[in-house]
Amino acid sequence: MSSEIFNDETKKVLVEPLVTNNPITLQVLGICSALAVTSQMSTSLIMALALTLVTAFSSAAISAIRNHIPSSIRIIVQMTIIASLVIVVDQCLKAFAYDVSKQLSVFVGLIITNCIVMGRAEAYAMKNPPLESFMDGIGNGAGYSLILIIVAFFRETLGSGKLLGIEVFKLTKDGGWYDPNGLMLLPPSAFFIIGLIIWGVRQWKPKQQETVEFKIMSIAHGEGGHH
Amino acid sequence: MENYISLFVKAVFIENLALSFFLGMCTFIAVSKKISTAMGLGIAVMVVQAITVPANNIVYHALLKEDALSWMGITGVDLSFLALLSCIGMIAALVQILEMILDKFFPALYHALGIFLPLITVNCAILGGSLFMIERDYNLGESVTYGVGSGLGWALAITVMAGVREKLKYSDIPAGLQGLGITFITAGLMSLGFMAFSGIQL
Repeated sequence: MSSEIFNDETKKVLVEPLVTNNPITLQVLGICSALAVTSQMSTSLIMALALTLVTAFSSAAISAIRNHIPSSIRIIVQMTIIASLVIVVDQCLKAFAYDVSKQLSVFVGLIITNCIVMGRAEAYAMKNPPLESFMDGIGNGAGYSLILIIVAFFRETLGSGKLLGIEVFKLTKDGGWYDPNGLMLLPPSAFFIIGLIIWGVRQWKPKQQETVEFKIMSIAHGEGGHH
Repeated sequence: MENYISLFVKAVFIENLALSFFLGMCTFIAVSKKISTAMGLGIAVMVVQAITVPANNIVYHALLKEDALSWMGITGVDLSFLALLSCIGMIAALVQILEMILDKFFPALYHALGIFLPLITVNCAILGGSLFMIERDYNLGESVTYGVGSGLGWALAITVMAGVREKLKYSDIPAGLQGLGITFITAGLMSLGFMAFSGIQL
């Protein structure tokens, strides 16, 4: 049983998106929501879960009917499937986690236009059978979740001294030692953290580095740098 | 009137879709390498945004809102959960129609914007604009103002970003940070700059 579900292909599509082919740091997909919901760990976790489920099930559904979709209207068909799944997620959140759904505001709806979902549907699910597509969805969702959790971890601990609402650092205003870094709660910090993550990953895996268009020439007479 | 002006300024600067809500980031990062293409995309987004937000507003208020169907004699029906589906359907359809109209009547503009138009359907800034319109309960006049303003804000942001990136490619950047990494940091700094507007009370 397990050998059938976890064959080489499904293992590959599950593990690769985590670092080697991460949707955010390499494929540049789905950045919008990655930045917007990460000021708290709880919203990030819910968002990550919602996106993983939507990607997995939409990939599976699209892949199941891939031979019947005329290519001229495929975008609309994919959109409809994805939008229906997102409505289900949105209604579930409103029913069972109303506070979080209020905090996420429009970003749950924006899963529809999240490039990861569309990108995987277009790039993978249209060419591969349902099971592999499902796993590919889970894998890419996990890659996305990983980045989201890392960013949220730094933003929430450094920005408010808490993690999932539980105090980690005692704040100065409560007589503790940690002076919260207000920047971490503001939008720009998400850009900085993702930029640094990308730097780290690419330093670790030099294959992902981009080629340089212009190189600074060093000057022949010793004092390079000054000119 | 004052209400509309303040809403417009708010939509362009203070609540800039790209830099304070991070909407349309994928295209924002991917298409901001050259000023000319960035500007083309920016204008396309602005036009589509100015059409789709009011259109979605009309559909939402006439069909989907709670008791909106009372003009047909049907009461007690709340279809607002269909808003997501109707918004994205509306956007996809309008972009398609716009593409056909431009192709037929303004071929020069069509060729200038051509490749960007299909991209716009999946641009979160467009859907985001419509969803914000629903969430904040704008009326028709406000939604026109918001549509134009938020589109202009996005266009402004991507053009500025492209300007920075055109100069940035001549600088000496660590290998791992090259390209995507430095673009993120730059966007962060720009977003920090745009935050200066947030103190403005209108």
